[in-house]
Amino acid sequence: MTVPAATGDLLRELAPQVLGAVVRRYGHFDLCEDAVQEALLAASVQWPRDGQPASPRAWLITVASRRLTDQLRAESARRDREATAALDPAAAPVAPDPAEELGQDQDDTLTVLFLCCHPALSGPSQVALTLRAVGGLTTAEIARAFLVPEATMAQRISRAKQSVKAAGARFSLPGPGEWDGRLDAVLHVLYLIFNEGYTATSGPDLNRPELTAEAIRLARAVRRLLPDDGEVTGLLALMLLTEARRPARTGPGGALIPLAEQDRSRWDQAAIAEGTALITGALAGAPLGPYQVQAAIAAVHAEAGAADDTDWPQVAALYGVLDRIAPSPMVTLNRAVAVAMAQGPQAGLDLLAALDADGRLAGHHRLAAVRAHLLEQAGQPAAARDAYTEAARLTTSLPEQRYLTARAARLPDRTE
Amino acid sequence: MKYMLLIYNNPATYQAWSEEARNALFGEVDALMKELTESGELVGGEALADASNAVIVRVRDGVRAATDGPYAEAKEQLAGYLTVECETRERAVEIAARWPDARYFTMEVRAVMNSSGTEM
Repeated sequence: MTVPAATGDLLRELAPQVLGAVVRRYGHFDLCEDAVQEALLAASVQWPRDGQPASPRAWLITVASRRLTDQLRAESARRDREATAALDPAAAPVAPDPAEELGQDQDDTLTVLFLCCHPALSGPSQVALTLRAVGGLTTAEIARAFLVPEATMAQRISRAKQSVKAAGARFSLPGPGEWDGRLDAVLHVLYLIFNEGYTATSGPDLNRPELTAEAIRLARAVRRLLPDDGEVTGLLALMLLTEARRPARTGPGGALIPLAEQDRSRWDQAAIAEGTALITGALAGAPLGPYQVQAAIAAVHAEAGAADDTDWPQVAALYGVLDRIAPSPMVTLNRAVAVAMAQGPQAGLDLLAALDADGRLAGHHRLAAVRAHLLEQAGQPAAARDAYTEAARLTTSLPEQRYLTARAARLPDRTE
Repeated sequence: MKYMLLIYNNPATYQAWSEEARNALFGEVDALMKELTESGELVGGEALADASNAVIVRVRDGVRAATDGPYAEAKEQLAGYLTVECETRERAVEIAARWPDARYFTMEVRAVMNSSGTEM
């Protein structure tokens, strides 16, 4: 079934708002979520055929409420038949606030997002539930994007909703004490959705890149609601600046093209301009955070017309900042690349020695791949070849393996 | 991350068991499959027909040579697989260790390649 783009966009924008309105009235987040999906489906069939109703939001709320009350009635009849306790007040978790009638003027997108990214849920569950309840995607669409059977994804979503229920989550925005941590979780989920789409290469799974568009759409929605948060803006900028490179990052058959060899005329200049303006504004006013630093690094790359024009000392300095405010071995690894470009390969290799001692990246293909590149730059082809071969053996990505094998093959081995 | 859990066993061993013991083994498999389905980790899986029904295919210099499976006498054969998606390799190993064939024969945990990638 194809839904006209305008209808699809409107439905997905309204999905979390309608869900919020229904949850506020009836409670039962899990059942409401199903009811809203059914209402969205009904709209996607009826609106293109019969015309869009005067108030699409009210139409969806009415249809979802009707589905929900039908289901609650059926549940209650079943409970009566089973002759359990007559009335179970605990049966309505995520209790509605009686003061809030339909909440016509309220945009609950953020509240729904916080609920979907609740700490009681595993990462994959947060991602799946967010795409369905906030993104308005069907289970089949999410399953296709994540390359698992629909039954598997349905199970993950249902389990996620059970976890929300079991955690006794309230349908309200987090309080000041937990705000930062909960917002971090939301931003991380959006980042995961983006990355899942961005790392997809062209091939049989063409649905996956749509995840980047969805992540950007959701990040824009969060920024509309939290315009002054530097990290929200930083994440949106990072996504735009990264997405701008996507047309240039793969060649025929999905082969990966490294940053240094990309045809920069194929970078999306509109996305670069928007991302650069966003990150410049955030850095001027908001407290610094890791997404802002990563966006700043992406902006430095974006402003270089050619790979050789890259301001590597600036990139290295920014990775130094990132390694200080959000230390991780992966950040150190990226810093090693930038330091090598700014100060020569040996300076980068010295940083890798620290990572070897640290051990957390032991057996990770990225460590071997970076070592290979730096050894190659340092004029040690045989050692570089060994490291490329090791990296190719360690990666579970077919395009990366293909790239690493090709790099190894260009170098003479020790016997030649 | 997706992992394929390859199940190796010797059907003759199980055939020699009592029916009760075999049913207990199947029951264990059913319970674990149910658990993996409910956790959303199970992606797929198949049991394979006995290896004596296998056909071995080789093409050399454009000539196809197909022979019937020579495995009738083999001790351990590939009996099936399941694909799971888990957050860590340790979790995949844990699932493999709970599969009953691991106690009598061998389970092999292999990471599944994917077509995503990061340019370097």
